[in-house]
Amino acid sequence: MLSRTADHLFWMARYMERAENTARMLDINMEGALLPQTPEQEARAQRSVLKISELEDMFDARHPGSRSREDMLHFMVADARNPSSILSCLQATRENARAVRGTLTTDGWETINFTWLEFTQRLANMELQTSPDALFEWVKYRSNLCRGVMQGTALRDDAFFFMQLGAYLERADNTARILDVRFADATPNSREAARQLEDFYYWTSILSSVSALEIYRKVYRDVVTPARVVELLILNEQMPRSLLASLDGVCDTLAKLRTDASKECERFAGKLRADVLYADIRQILETGVHAWLTQFLKRVDELGLRVMHTFLMLPIA
Amino acid sequence: MQIYDEMRQDDTVRSHYARFSRWLAQQRPETIARKRAEADVLFRRVGITFAVNGDLSGTERLIPFDMIPRIIPGDEWRVLEAGLRQRVQALNLFLHDIYHDGDIVLAGRVPAEQVYTNAQYRPEMQGVDVPLDVYAHIAGVDVVRAGAAGEFYVLEDNLRVPSGVSYMLENRKMMMRLFPELFVQNRVAPVAHYPDLLLETLRSIAPEGVDDPAVVVLTPGMYNSAYFEHTFLAQQMGVELVEGKDLFVDDNYVFMRTTHGPRRVDVIYRRVDDDFLDPLAFRADSALGIPGLLTSYRAGRVTLANAMGTGIADDKSIYPFVPDMIEFYLGEKPILNNVPTFQCRKPDDLAYTLAHLPELVVKEVHGAGGYGMLVGPASTQEEIETFRALLLARPEGYIAQPTLALSACPTFVEAGIAPRHIDLRPFVLSGREVSMCAGGLTRVALREGSLVVNSSQGGGTKDTWMVE
Repeated sequence: MLSRTADHLFWMARYMERAENTARMLDINMEGALLPQTPEQEARAQRSVLKISELEDMFDARHPGSRSREDMLHFMVADARNPSSILSCLQATRENARAVRGTLTTDGWETINFTWLEFTQRLANMELQTSPDALFEWVKYRSNLCRGVMQGTALRDDAFFFMQLGAYLERADNTARILDVRFADATPNSREAARQLEDFYYWTSILSSVSALEIYRKVYRDVVTPARVVELLILNEQMPRSLLASLDGVCDTLAKLRTDASKECERFAGKLRADVLYADIRQILETGVHAWLTQFLKRVDELGLRVMHTFLMLPIA
Repeated sequence: MQIYDEMRQDDTVRSHYARFSRWLAQQRPETIARKRAEADVLFRRVGITFAVNGDLSGTERLIPFDMIPRIIPGDEWRVLEAGLRQRVQALNLFLHDIYHDGDIVLAGRVPAEQVYTNAQYRPEMQGVDVPLDVYAHIAGVDVVRAGAAGEFYVLEDNLRVPSGVSYMLENRKMMMRLFPELFVQNRVAPVAHYPDLLLETLRSIAPEGVDDPAVVVLTPGMYNSAYFEHTFLAQQMGVELVEGKDLFVDDNYVFMRTTHGPRRVDVIYRRVDDDFLDPLAFRADSALGIPGLLTSYRAGRVTLANAMGTGIADDKSIYPFVPDMIEFYLGEKPILNNVPTFQCRKPDDLAYTLAHLPELVVKEVHGAGGYGMLVGPASTQEEIETFRALLLARPEGYIAQPTLALSACPTFVEAGIAPRHIDLRPFVLSGREVSMCAGGLTRVALREGSLVVNSSQGGGTKDTWMVE
């Protein structure tokens, strides 16, 4: 298929996945706000959302000194100048889809197009102000719907695999970020850090944000502990949003897309997957989750670049 | 001026509209309103939109769709079809002739300066052989009915990159979705096979020796006003939709960049104007084209549809000579009328035009899309004076025609149903064979009294039925 087409499909899927994960994160953040919190905790929760997406600087530039929830929500959801806002992600999803709409199934294109049209309508109806939880729920639902429509209608050809590749890569990145934020926050060994890490509500909210709370209970049938959360979200192959499962998806898809020139890319992905598969959870906890995840995110980023250079930006023959 | 009404003659409904008219009388206004809203949502969801020229905000608009079909009875259609085939055949012979020996010029039937000094004439094409000697593979000829008797007139032969066929197809789909019962009651000739006819035409013009040609559709990109149509046709034909940057020329062959490396391309259905096709040969600032394409094309390694240089045949300054072409090349009488045309380059014609501006339609010879024209009866004194100055400054740049009383078709408007002027763009495909779908795209001028049907000027569209 055309490299440009593959590029659009890859980014279309990435942006949709990112929109969903941002909605998940904000949804959990909203729920957290319902619990008794000190103003300091509340402010930290706001910042953590920005931190996960590496958007603190941009936010501060747009809203100097602001710590208000409203500003943060608007910035993350409806700000067209924030390229990672849900609005921007859904628009990018739709624009990429429009560029290759002939490659998508009619059902697929209509689902994406309608998602964009209705999202802007919902923003115009002030839904972010009146019932943000319903809005986030809806974004999650539309992403699930898009995925399902593609699964249910698309020919299993390269076009489909490039979408999957984009979604898996983005998911690996997003899950790692969601997990990393509290670890990045905590100064090792401080009493404050220890207390935070024990925080039951915090860990259950992380699990919920990736739809993993029920899965956790099923897998462990025991109290929620940080070590197990880390284990579940990094190492559990059966947990669909875990790092390992995402990398499995990346590697399987790359095998299907194999070309004469893709061996290096596949090797890089395979090595990353092996490092996660054979990682020792105790060791990760000892050396520091944050350091491990930082390393991981860097390699996922590198993998994304390699995919682009291998398939999407071919030099003239 | 008496206006031909497509549906009624005096007070009786024309027989080919009888069934539809009975059906329409039974519909409740609420039902119609609901269906209209439904159509709007469907068009938007499918994303059948167009971008407006000069509107940089990238806003997409829907072309208004009117639910009352334009119906053409079978016997009238057959005359029209024969006339269109005849006309396009003659135009293709003309193109081959002027890019080779120029017999028609030598015979004194078309003035040499009208051809060889015309900006639309491409010297690069002189002496170049194209497969099957066909140049205009896809023609979208604009036809109107006028006068009390509703005679057919050809208004324009669009031989460059005519658009609109996707609306013909989508309008039909929409009508069948909204009112399936109508298609049970009326025997409407189908149009859905157009993409197959198009693909067959494109495959038939592949360079010699290519058995299984790779066909692509070349688009200027998603910000082009007809982008929806480009992607629609590529999808319907099951071929790649490419942009200039997806293609490159190596050793005179054209390739596309794919995830598996370069792949040969044999036929390009290009929806990009000549000027933008090859930055090495034409506009160097064009980012839409493919460097080296012209050389590859002239070497016969790739076929372009339509050919380069077809603009010379649909130019408004050449238009008055089409009936001559038909007689010259085919030895036949033209079946369809030409609109009487004043060529303002001629002093007499210019003098007449200047004296009758309020009754005439004045068109720029190289213009298209309803831009750069004056509709005398609908213009203010000021607009007329502006055009007078333009005419005096550059008479050879204009032609003038009497204002035709275009036929009118009942159309849904704010106040209910009222007649609005319409035209028709049937599509003629020429490859190894000439093929057509029965019908075409009917455009309707939604403003009361307006004669301008272009979508860029507030026109809408209708489904077009050929019924037996």
